[in-house]
Amino acid sequence: MDDDGGNGPGSGGQPAIRVRELRKTFRVAEREAGLRASVRSLIKRAHRDVDAVAGVSFDVAPGEVVGFLGANGAGKTTTLKMLSGLLHPSSGEIAVLGHTPARREREFLRRITLVMGNRNQLQWDIPALDSFEMNRAVYRIPEAEFRRNRDELVELLEIGDLVRKPVRNLSLGERMKAETAAALLHRPQVLFLDEPTIGLDVTAQKRIRAFLAEYNRRTGASILLTSHYMADVQALCNRVVVIDAGQVLYDGGLRALTTRFSAHQTITVGLPEGGADLSGYGEVLESTPDGRTSLRVPKTQAGAVAARLLADHQVSDLTIEDPPIEDVIEQVFADRSAVGAR
Amino acid sequence: MTQVARAGERRRLTGLAGFYAVVMRTAVQTQFQYRTANYLYMVGMIAEPVIYLVVWSAVAEAQGGSVEGITAGEFAAYYIVWTLVRNMNIVFTPYGWEGRIRKGELSGMLVRPVHPIHYDLAYFAGWKFVVILLWVPIAAVLSLVFRPTFDVSALELLVFLVAIWGAYLIRSMLLWALGMVTFWTTRVSALYELYFTAELLLSGRLLPLALLPGWAMTIADWTPFQYTFGFPIEVLAGDLSTGELWTGLGLQAVWTAIGALLVAVVWRFGIRRYSAVGN
Repeated sequence: MDDDGGNGPGSGGQPAIRVRELRKTFRVAEREAGLRASVRSLIKRAHRDVDAVAGVSFDVAPGEVVGFLGANGAGKTTTLKMLSGLLHPSSGEIAVLGHTPARREREFLRRITLVMGNRNQLQWDIPALDSFEMNRAVYRIPEAEFRRNRDELVELLEIGDLVRKPVRNLSLGERMKAETAAALLHRPQVLFLDEPTIGLDVTAQKRIRAFLAEYNRRTGASILLTSHYMADVQALCNRVVVIDAGQVLYDGGLRALTTRFSAHQTITVGLPEGGADLSGYGEVLESTPDGRTSLRVPKTQAGAVAARLLADHQVSDLTIEDPPIEDVIEQVFADRSAVGAR
Repeated sequence: MTQVARAGERRRLTGLAGFYAVVMRTAVQTQFQYRTANYLYMVGMIAEPVIYLVVWSAVAEAQGGSVEGITAGEFAAYYIVWTLVRNMNIVFTPYGWEGRIRKGELSGMLVRPVHPIHYDLAYFAGWKFVVILLWVPIAAVLSLVFRPTFDVSALELLVFLVAIWGAYLIRSMLLWALGMVTFWTTRVSALYELYFTAELLLSGRLLPLALLPGWAMTIADWTPFQYTFGFPIEVLAGDLSTGELWTGLGLQAVWTAIGALLVAVVWRFGIRRYSAVGN
């Protein structure tokens, strides 16, 4: 892999991914429970239109890594499927590396990859190396380039010993690493990653994260990533797009997300004497027998509350922290008034 | 076609040929891993033609040595060739489409720059090489037991080698098109059963077509089924004229083209629906 950054229509100031007013409406059949409703549905079927994606717009620059966040059913996977050409949008525009994904042109498919957690493209009964060979044929990768890419991916993911074993003999974590290598052999310029670390243990998650960061650095590929593991997002993404009910709630920096949507901070204070009632300073989140207490206080008052604690008690240690990103995201979903915030 | 377009098309075909070679090799590797299972499957499958063979041999004997001019030895030849043709006819089952769509496997195939039918055609074609290898001893044992009567010319052998792949292509196309009905509804097993029942009767699988009543033979003439079973079997075990051999191959080509057209049309509408609804 060369450090060539993005090339082709996606570079030169153009975004690698451009999405405008994207919508996807599914028509779903529905009926009440029970025999009567069942019989009635034979004569007249009731349908309802469900907006899975309801007017999403964003850009992803060449080389950018963007976290695409949202609760289950928020529209993340539907959006990724439209971006990779699996689903046709109901309306709106998408351009990925200058291509319209719904046309599924070969040239477009050769330049992207879609990794969906727990879905494999490796052949179960043969070593991963043989599946890699199949991908070489699928993507028509020249032999020399294929060997170079394969060897580099194998080295980066530390799977040299694994790729010679039949895939069925690999653990989930080992298989995901081999899957990731298979998905990147053709050196795609845009990566759509849907829960790439789902089901993996902490060590394997870290390995995949470090690898993706390195791949992005070396190739300049753009990455759009969905994950329920905030550690993935924190490690890889400077920017996040948060969607809920098919709409963008927030599009901006990860740090700014915390600043913007978290109205509270957590003060953790250690008191050598222990046992003190600190409920007068804020909402007590946790109190441990060794005298440590966590308090949730309004962000605007955190400094003043900390000063009062230091003045009123003999304090062994005190920290003020932003809440975990998971809590912030939860806060974003709860704050529907933030719709359209960018 | 311009020179550039011709060169592009040549590159595409070369690339596709490379893809077929790799997938076929993969299929051989995979199926060798399951050689015992493959063998047991084949042995189990032999039960069907052996039953037919025993029944027709008994009928032939009862009727003084032949049925409609087909002797016990000719029946044996027919059903022994049947075992190879049947194995050549195994293609991606329509029942597999439901899992393919529900489990999202099709999505994985669609984000690759190769049409999924090429994968199925290549994979099952590769499998055939393992099947043929495993079939040889079974055919030898059946021949020792049932004493078939063969009178095969070089031309017949050559036509047979082409016809078994023609049968494979026709059946692949038809069952792919049938399986794609799953894009619209998954409750299609009745439709599949109807297809397989019609195929059983009109293809030469249950009995040689010469034994069918006139009206059934007329129907069979207008369907593709006999070109997936009866024709390749008759090429080797029957007594077809040179003209009939070439006509048969020609009609196999026609039915392959019709099947490919059917696949293209159903795929176009099916994939439009899949892209609208997802999985």
